[in-house]
Amino acid sequence: MEFNYEVEGGNFAKAGYAASSVKKVLKELNVDPKIIKRVVVALYEGEVNVVAHAYRGNIKVDIDTERIFIEIKDEGPGIPDINLAMQVGYSTASAMVREMGFGAGMGLPNMKRNADTLDISSSVGKGTVVELTTYLVK
Amino acid sequence: MKIKEIAEILEAKVVCGEDDIDRDIRCGFASDLMSDVLTLDSENLALITGLANMQVIRTAEMADVNCIVFVRDKHVSNEMIEVAKENDMVLLECKYSMFNTIGKLFQAGLAPVY
Repeated sequence: MEFNYEVEGGNFAKAGYAASSVKKVLKELNVDPKIIKRVVVALYEGEVNVVAHAYRGNIKVDIDTERIFIEIKDEGPGIPDINLAMQVGYSTASAMVREMGFGAGMGLPNMKRNADTLDISSSVGKGTVVELTTYLVK
Repeated sequence: MKIKEIAEILEAKVVCGEDDIDRDIRCGFASDLMSDVLTLDSENLALITGLANMQVIRTAEMADVNCIVFVRDKHVSNEMIEVAKENDMVLLECKYSMFNTIGKLFQAGLAPVY
């Protein structure tokens, strides 16, 4: 099954809406709570990234019996140096983002820790695509 | 330690989840940085924070945290209470500083996460 969510850049009031909805779906599907936590933490960090850095974004969540695949695609400034962005502590977040409790350079590393695979492709001035896969059966 | 005891020690006001104050809390984690909270793996944890916005509630939701203590006399909004209720969370408001709050809870035997 597939779910799609729109994410509005800059709108912190709504950040977490997609992750919250996905959590409810996975609970109903009786997915192992430990896997649910990993998936929703990664998705939530990704959602916050879109709100914090991009103009708008779209989240696609595709669930089957073997894995949960998430694609977070945004229109935004892009990431010039992905290796640098993956480093814990590196951040380009604004003061507003920091006031929200984020922006400490932990988002992408947290996503990586909580997913089985993480792929990022980015084009400066256009946007970023982050793909996360979590396997349900090991 | 029960949430009820935490509320008593901190002279805190229970603003949401009154029915669940007999729940047991094993450890505490204090942070204003939500990404740090999202790295935790502990169960029955109380989050102690001076940040009062919707992202604290969302973070707790994703991290399976169901007790939050807001320090430094910070107040939670109605929108925050609504989402907290949906997720069976207990929210406490306390007037003490972060340092004072943590000191009191630590002294009373609440364990750190690490």
